Amino acid sequence: MKLVYFAWVRERVGRTDEQVVLPEGIDTVADLVGWLKGRGEEYEYAFENEGVVRAALDHVHVKPEARIAGAQEIAFFPPMTGG
Amino acid sequence: MAATIRIQAEPFDAAAATAALTEGRADIGAVVAFTGLCRDEGGRLAALELEHYPGMAEAEIGRIAAQAQTRWPLLGLTIIHRFGRIVPGEGIVLVLTASAHRQAAFEAASFLMDYLKTHAPFWKREHLKDGTTGAWVEAKEADDRAAEKWR
Repeated sequence: MKLVYFAWVRERVGRTDEQVVLPEGIDTVADLVGWLKGRGEEYEYAFENEGVVRAALDHVHVKPEARIAGAQEIAFFPPMTGG
Repeated sequence: MAATIRIQAEPFDAAAATAALTEGRADIGAVVAFTGLCRDEGGRLAALELEHYPGMAEAEIGRIAAQAQTRWPLLGLTIIHRFGRIVPGEGIVLVLTASAHRQAAFEAASFLMDYLKTHAPFWKREHLKDGTTGAWVEAKEADDRAAEKWR
């Protein structure tokens, strides 16, 4: 599964994207965030305020409870400031 | 009616885009054009840098455009959103809505901007006049409330 990061989430994590193999029991976006936070302080920092970082599954906005099975690409990013 | 959606680094020409939208049409009675410009924030800002999520930006703006076309009887729709470095005075976003009567065009343009600001995957960062890189622009609660009112 490919993870991609944008804006200050990208800067805090220290990379634009990565491939990960998830362990059993990581079913939702929230599970994935919890797992990522255990991988190091850069992830802990990026996701320190639960609920601030947004997620998209294969280019579609999703909520933390969304199931991730079958997704090709999961993105994490701050609230959007375009327009 | 197919919407024209462009995600580009280059500046856009609002007058040319409007002419392209209405060319050869006799059914359009109203065109609303909204252009969002880069401000210098009282002389503090040298430029804005817009990061975007390629692929999702096009897809999400397409979904927002489709919603607008479902809700209002639009005869034409153009959305252009820039990314990269944009200097004060330049356009960031252009929304053109065309309809037979003005109300649909006004409302759809307003809806589109409220949704683009809160749902299109773009992030602004400031570059300051003193040469330093400033902060990421923070999302505004007022923008979230503006988008909520269309539900």
